[in-house]
Amino acid sequence: MAQPEIKLGEERRGGDTETMEINMGPQHPSTHGVFRAVVELDGETVVKVVPHLGYLHRGIEKIAENRTYHQIIPLTDRLDYMAGASNNLGYCLAVEKLLGIEAPPRAQFIRVIITELSRISSHLFWAGATAHDLGAMTPFFYMVREREQILFFLEMITGARLTPSFFRIGGVAMDLPPEFHDECMKFIKAFPPRVDEYEALLTENVIWKSRTKGVGYLSAEDCIALGISGPMARAAGINWDLRKNQPYSSYDKFDFKAAIYNGCDAYDRYRVRMMEMRQSNEIVRQALEGLPEGDYSVTMKGALKPPAGEVYKAIEAPRGELGFYIISDGTVQPFRMKIRAPTFVNLQSLAKMSEGRLFSDMVASLASVDLVLAEVDR
Amino acid sequence: MPESNLDLIASVILVLVKIGVFFAVFMLILAYITLVERRFLGFFQERYGPNRVGWQGLLQPIADGIKMFMKEEITVSGANKAVYILAPIVFVAAALMTFVVIPFGDVIWPATMEIGGRVYNFTLANANRGVIADVNVAVLVIFAISSIAIYGLIMAGWGSNNKYSLLGGVRASAVMISYELAAALAIIGIIMTTGSMSLMDIVIHQKGYWFGVIPKWFCFKQPLAFVLFLIAIFAETGRTPFDFTECENEIVAGYQTEYSSMKFALFYLAEYGHILAASALMVTFFFGGWQGPFVDAPVLKYFLPIIYFCIKTSIVVFFFIWVRATYPRFRYDLLMKLGWKFLLPATLVNILITPVLMKIFGDL
Repeated sequence: MAQPEIKLGEERRGGDTETMEINMGPQHPSTHGVFRAVVELDGETVVKVVPHLGYLHRGIEKIAENRTYHQIIPLTDRLDYMAGASNNLGYCLAVEKLLGIEAPPRAQFIRVIITELSRISSHLFWAGATAHDLGAMTPFFYMVREREQILFFLEMITGARLTPSFFRIGGVAMDLPPEFHDECMKFIKAFPPRVDEYEALLTENVIWKSRTKGVGYLSAEDCIALGISGPMARAAGINWDLRKNQPYSSYDKFDFKAAIYNGCDAYDRYRVRMMEMRQSNEIVRQALEGLPEGDYSVTMKGALKPPAGEVYKAIEAPRGELGFYIISDGTVQPFRMKIRAPTFVNLQSLAKMSEGRLFSDMVASLASVDLVLAEVDR
Repeated sequence: MPESNLDLIASVILVLVKIGVFFAVFMLILAYITLVERRFLGFFQERYGPNRVGWQGLLQPIADGIKMFMKEEITVSGANKAVYILAPIVFVAAALMTFVVIPFGDVIWPATMEIGGRVYNFTLANANRGVIADVNVAVLVIFAISSIAIYGLIMAGWGSNNKYSLLGGVRASAVMISYELAAALAIIGIIMTTGSMSLMDIVIHQKGYWFGVIPKWFCFKQPLAFVLFLIAIFAETGRTPFDFTECENEIVAGYQTEYSSMKFALFYLAEYGHILAASALMVTFFFGGWQGPFVDAPVLKYFLPIIYFCIKTSIVVFFFIWVRATYPRFRYDLLMKLGWKFLLPATLVNILITPVLMKIFGDL
């Protein structure tokens, strides 16, 4: 589906009118946090979008330079707080790569269970919030109902709902609680019909389709040029899922498909995420069934002092490629830590997606990015 | 004093009492529709809704009213004061005025009554009928009034000196103007069949049954007009899926962004007033108004029609809430397309078909 050509500026207005500049955010219902965009409007058509970031900047990368390697784990929770466990995993894997160690198989499976549950909860919240942005109130409440159950599981395992800080360098903090297996199995069985329920409300809904199909168009070439990753790239037909392409934490042992669609628009981003929820559910089931016996963590003696060197490790977070680039100078603290936050990169596409389209479409495009400002601003 | 003047005075008193009671009940219903909507939405969305203030939240509207009174009255700097203050008044007045011509019952008072040894006649100015003013061009009055309501929104959008409000006001005016046309044209078929623009006549025309079971309502006689009118009034009342005049996710709160305290409450009330008016119109035009079984029975005829009218209107109001819980929001330009490219031609087709069918089958 090609993007229709829309005339802008003088050509459209005939030269005797002015554009209007409005300030969308930092407090605006659909900027999900503190994103601010200065939008130039010609009637209802967006002429120019200038995003302004930094309202939630906490300097996590700088703080990390003054913390020991273990102390950084709770900081990473505060990046993408919708799926805290993914950040923990990315960081732990990066440090493990620096140390040249690998977590025991049981720990790897527990990590997979927790990150995939977080992925489901993150996508659920995204779908609900996006539906709400496009005017459908009810799906949000249904999705939050299931998300609540997942948060209950996270609390059961880790003691925290949003910020687990459960992974350790070389494993996880504790073994799974004994009652978790049965409870989680119940949820896994009940979940696919629930996804059918959401899809019944949205997927084939004429209004939903008209609001999302062809909206936020971003071709595969544009995606690659802008460095887009995650569901946004997969909705443009790019076969890029780090769980498949660069398997980590035993993802190669699970049987699942990367969700790929070719629509390049908000509708297919929605379908990608819906399918990923089903796939993640399947991964959790396989992980629970094939959970190996053994240690849940490697034993390390003394202070954690990785050898001097540089390392980059990326994982497939719910929003795309989450990378940690760590420079170690051989002390207990990293010399520098750079976080490649997926939404920060994906947000670049906002202007490309919404310029020349209607203001309502800009809201849909912005929602399809799956914005978490804590991760964008860090 | 001539004898006939006493009859006139008696009728006028009855009319004034009718207006007073109607207004009081109407305002109460308006306040409680907000509660009904929130409770039903809660029910649809697996949450409770307001159930804390009073039994099942029954005192919530009163608590909300008190809260609204207590809030600070803010007038933004740079607002066009006259327009800014007039807007909610115009909007709420238009919402209330629609009800003047809508029949809510048949006969609500005996035609003659003996008081103090004199027989008084209460039929002057339709005093004993269940309608405040049985105007013979009631359909026109309704559309005239709802056009005035649009001014309320445009004035609010312009007077607030806020860009989001302006966008909301512009959207409201564009949408309502195009949908008013469709709504008015959809009704033409009914006017053709009835031969009258009086709503009372339209209701009386829907008396009787086909095969003794199916009521002769216009929703069966004019199915196309019914669907078109339904879509049009959703757009006109600014409800989901057409609620972009105030859709919070795009333009914050649309035309009412800068309003606070009682001015905001007036907008809020008027919005529900419009929903109620639209539902009542829907019932009057397509669901037989106050018609129902036993409306001619002796004593029952005084209150049974009112009950039927209320029940039918509540069902339509429930439908409004149900749709809100189900659908996403349309996009503004898509709605305009729908209005001009589908609804308008379809209403014209309906106007074309109706006389042909009437010629062939007569009035069923």
